[in-house]
Amino acid sequence: MSKSKFKNPVVKWIDHRLPVFSFMDHELNHYPTPKNLNYFWNFGSLAGFALVTMIVTGIVLSMNYTAHVDYAFDSVERIMRDVNHGWLIRYIHMNGASFFFIVVYIHIFRGLYYGSYKAPRELLWILGVLILLLMMATAFMGYVLPWGQMSFWGATVITNLFSAIPLVGESIVTWLWGGFSVDNSTLNRFFSLHFVLPFVIVGVVILHLVALHRFGSNNPIGIDVRGTQDTVPFSPYYTIKDLFGLSVFLSFFAAAVFFFPNFMGHPDNYIEANPMVTPAHIVPEWYFLPFYAILRAVPDKLGGVLFMFGAIAVLFILPWLDRSSVRSSQFRPIYKIFFWILLLDCVLLGYLGAMPAEGIYVILSRIATAYYFFHFLILFPLLPYIEKTKPLPISISEPILGGGSAASAFAVREKR
Amino acid sequence: MPKNSKSKNSNEGKRDFLIVSTYTIAGIGAAAVAWPLIDQMNPAADTLALASTEVDLSSLEEGQAITVTWRGKPVFVRHRTPEEIKLAKQVSLDDMRHPERDEDRVPNEKYIVLVGVCTHLGCVPLGQKSGDVKGQYGGWFCPCHGSHYDHSGRIRKGPAPTNLEVPSYKFLSDNVIKIG
Repeated sequence: MSKSKFKNPVVKWIDHRLPVFSFMDHELNHYPTPKNLNYFWNFGSLAGFALVTMIVTGIVLSMNYTAHVDYAFDSVERIMRDVNHGWLIRYIHMNGASFFFIVVYIHIFRGLYYGSYKAPRELLWILGVLILLLMMATAFMGYVLPWGQMSFWGATVITNLFSAIPLVGESIVTWLWGGFSVDNSTLNRFFSLHFVLPFVIVGVVILHLVALHRFGSNNPIGIDVRGTQDTVPFSPYYTIKDLFGLSVFLSFFAAAVFFFPNFMGHPDNYIEANPMVTPAHIVPEWYFLPFYAILRAVPDKLGGVLFMFGAIAVLFILPWLDRSSVRSSQFRPIYKIFFWILLLDCVLLGYLGAMPAEGIYVILSRIATAYYFFHFLILFPLLPYIEKTKPLPISISEPILGGGSAASAFAVREKR
Repeated sequence: MPKNSKSKNSNEGKRDFLIVSTYTIAGIGAAAVAWPLIDQMNPAADTLALASTEVDLSSLEEGQAITVTWRGKPVFVRHRTPEEIKLAKQVSLDDMRHPERDEDRVPNEKYIVLVGVCTHLGCVPLGQKSGDVKGQYGGWFCPCHGSHYDHSGRIRKGPAPTNLEVPSYKFLSDNVIKIG
């Protein structure tokens, strides 16, 4: 790259000393991206947008929030009624959490379908799972802050999970609480951590992007880019595609914020926390329901906790569990079917997590939990020995242009 | 030459010792610095100072119950009727999940004192108010996941692993107890 690519003398002067403009030009403008990406590749940038939205709205909410058991609930109600545009900012933050999880779950299932976790993108995937874990911790602590009944009892039930650990469990729970129950100390530390963890997420997201740009995006047919004929520059092709996707996303998001702001919430959280009375039916936020269903499916307290954390732990080792060298499900006829079964299984677990733990729901939860672990621990390692994969195209250009050879692809490219 | 290589080896040994001892001391130092940062999350002195509650039971009639707060948690006190005491004492311990004799759970059989927190996942069981569902065994019932407790607060049915906890308390006089 030549040093004189910037015309503006100020930019040129700065870039010579601090090459931020070269860096951005290289990573966001020229960055070669596979030309066959479909709309499922929008969800990474949407997740980034959601993260920034949460941080910006969160910072302004914290300017009006009081982290004290006597004032927290009222301060949130004051934000809703008296603070200028407070209702809007809070509803964006509240629904933003749900939309962040929707986007991230689609992003994860995209990765599962197209084998984006396979070599050489294992660390990229692991950093992503780490981001998911951090998001869960952040979301859980954020939900405690309004200090409603669900906040309080959700915090009680979830922190009590750690009491299942043999010997040290009770001490860990007391340490997490800073007392003998969820109380002011708990609320204060959750506020502190809820504020700082998003910035930790930003740090891991930067590592996620560094790992991504090392080998570039995977693509729907899952074969490596063989040269410039397989790629287009990120800008304008994908900047405009991401912006279009963003506008569609924002339409749904705005619809939720303005017309159904409490659809994904729980009415009991508009009752102030009362340590003496438990609501009849405690449910976590929807994005935790599949994991909650796994927790309750196991009849043993410690076993349930281990299976719940295990459900995320298997994601960390997925790049080594899947023995197939073919990335995209388009060429894996049997795995493709099981992928959809896994997706339905997770949706079913989500439904069961919201139902009372009795009768048929318990049995179904156990079957769905068993399938989840079967899929990761048995199907992924063994399926490649049985499955006959379809022949892979020679290049990314071949299925698009029908020609096949790099030469014909190059010829078409020149014509354009 | 052999002498030289030997002295080199002994120097390497000294160097290893220095490296290992440096890392060890640095590790201990780091742990010593980290400990206050971790331990600050444990209950503070004022929280611990609030750790006892006195309750006057003289106004509690037979069959009535009151809930008091101790360490931010509800504590159930119920003045049991003679039939309830009889039931709690007579029942066989054989098929209990957490077998405990009623005598070992109450210093004064008239009053049962329990931490009102379900041992499953920490909900507050029902049964303190007159209109509450008390469960199949007449004691307490946890609405979250359906645990049934008897007149002695023992788990009889449902997912809870152990009996309702009996807090440490003592009778200061015939009618006053000090919890904690």
